[in-house]
Amino acid sequence: MIVAERKPIEEIIKMVEKHESILVLGCGGCVTVCLAGGEKEAEQLATTLRLYFQKENKPFKTITTTITRQCDPEYVKSVAEEVAKVDAVLSTACGVGVQFMAENYPGKWVYPALNTKFAGANLELGVWGERCGLCGECILHLTGGVCPVIRCSKSLLNGPCGGSQNGKCEVSSEIDCAWQLIYDRLKSLNSLDLILKIQPPKDWSKARDGGPRKVVKEEVRL
Amino acid sequence: MITESRLEKLFAEGHFVVTAEIGPPKNSNGEAVRKHARNLKNYIDGANLTDNQTAVVRLSSIAAGFHVLSEGLDPIIQMTCRDRNRIGLQSDLLGAYSLGIRNVLALTGDHQSFGNHPTAKNVYDLDSIQLIQTIKKLRDEKQFLSGEPIKEHEPRFFIGAVENPFGDPFEFRVLRLEKKIEAGAQFIQTQCIFDMERFERFMEMVRERGLHERAYILAGITPLKSAKAAKYMKNVAGMIMPDHIIERMEKAEDQKEEGVKIAVEMIEHLKNVKGVAGVHIMAIAWEDIVPVIVERAGLLPRPEV
Ligand code: SF4
Ligand code: SF4
Repeated sequence: MIVAERKPIEEIIKMVEKHESILVLGCGGCVTVCLAGGEKEAEQLATTLRLYFQKENKPFKTITTTITRQCDPEYVKSVAEEVAKVDAVLSTACGVGVQFMAENYPGKWVYPALNTKFAGANLELGVWGERCGLCGECILHLTGGVCPVIRCSKSLLNGPCGGSQNGKCEVSSEIDCAWQLIYDRLKSLNSLDLILKIQPPKDWSKARDGGPRKVVKEEVRL
Repeated sequence: MITESRLEKLFAEGHFVVTAEIGPPKNSNGEAVRKHARNLKNYIDGANLTDNQTAVVRLSSIAAGFHVLSEGLDPIIQMTCRDRNRIGLQSDLLGAYSLGIRNVLALTGDHQSFGNHPTAKNVYDLDSIQLIQTIKKLRDEKQFLSGEPIKEHEPRFFIGAVENPFGDPFEFRVLRLEKKIEAGAQFIQTQCIFDMERFERFMEMVRERGLHERAYILAGITPLKSAKAAKYMKNVAGMIMPDHIIERMEKAEDQKEEGVKIAVEMIEHLKNVKGVAGVHIMAIAWEDIVPVIVERAGLLPRPEV
């Protein structure tokens, strides 16, 4: 899923302070699961903002609602009435949701309440970790299911750099060295030969370096 | 002999080669590099110019290499994968060759979080092994990485790489070295050695796989300036600093002298380790000590080519 984290409240206040009424729009997708922008977080955020502007003696109204997904036209269109009633929208979705709302409501400011971080998973209660760099051409079958593109701090494809020590990355003792993980995993799978072959340079045109991407599935098009 | 490199010739003739590192300055003073080159010229066979080492902005390794060359010393330019993509790397290889530089050392490069611009975006379009392959392809296939032919004046570099016997996973280090040689590395420079026992184990594995016969291995030596420096290195990623060395430095009355002594002893020892083709001295911000070490280690005079 997409993992996100709420922006500092001061930053959000700066975004919305010129408005008198906003829609705080939650999203029921990934950001609900990662406890950043679901129904509960959207409501908490709206309350925090109202209290702040009350103390500042500024007129400020909020409407709060949460839709199933902000990355789906059907749901995004369903809040037209609420959007019409306010000066601006504060979205607690990921960057995709924010943009999708903006695309669907021209003439209306849509602000991001979250910092969208990465594609990852829940590691333990309250901790999420990055797992995929969305490179467009997966090579996990060559690396035992550990991604060197995003989990190695240097995206190395041919083994660990000189800074790998005691299983940790040179960048921080908090980061596991992806290549140590790959090595251990392939060793246990009896497949070290996979990383003895030289991996050629990656085709980054399949990633975002080729420009913004689209996926088209002809058979489901109308 | 595949290239015109003087360094390659010395290796091929079987000399115990001595190279040293010159760290370019954090300003545009080429004279600083030239001065080091003049001081070191008669004591080493080649000067290795670092490429924005530890991700700190410095005078470029290629420009520094040109200064070294102008003083009559053979430059080895370092080239990391951190700051340039395959277009920039190949362009700089052409440029370096056009200036008369004949040796290049390909390496991954320290992560930018260590340097003076930690908020920078990194590149790592190629990794060090792919960069080695690229340099070889330019030379042996007369082709750019993309496969486009180079009609004439292809750069013909003597290709170096690094390996760290002190990194992990230890057993994979030799296999990775083999990958680098497979990719086209002709000489190898190791991380600086303090844990001689581990280095010897590494060399044993190197010999088992016959890698010392496929590439010239330069053992890395760093003279310690103080006990404090030794302690600091203990915490540098990819280094092993045994406690007995720290203790020896701490006990010494003259710590600098002790650092030189340790370096000289290590070189004496390395001369007899089978498969070691020379030493590479990395006297970080202490280049002036190199002639002293070379002389005391009995490595003079340097051979003529
Ligand atoms: S190889 Fe690419 S697609 Fe596969 S996990 Fe890594 S970044 Fe994601
Ligand atoms: S230490 Fe490991 S994870 Fe970190 S940059 Fe080097 S190879 Fe990649």
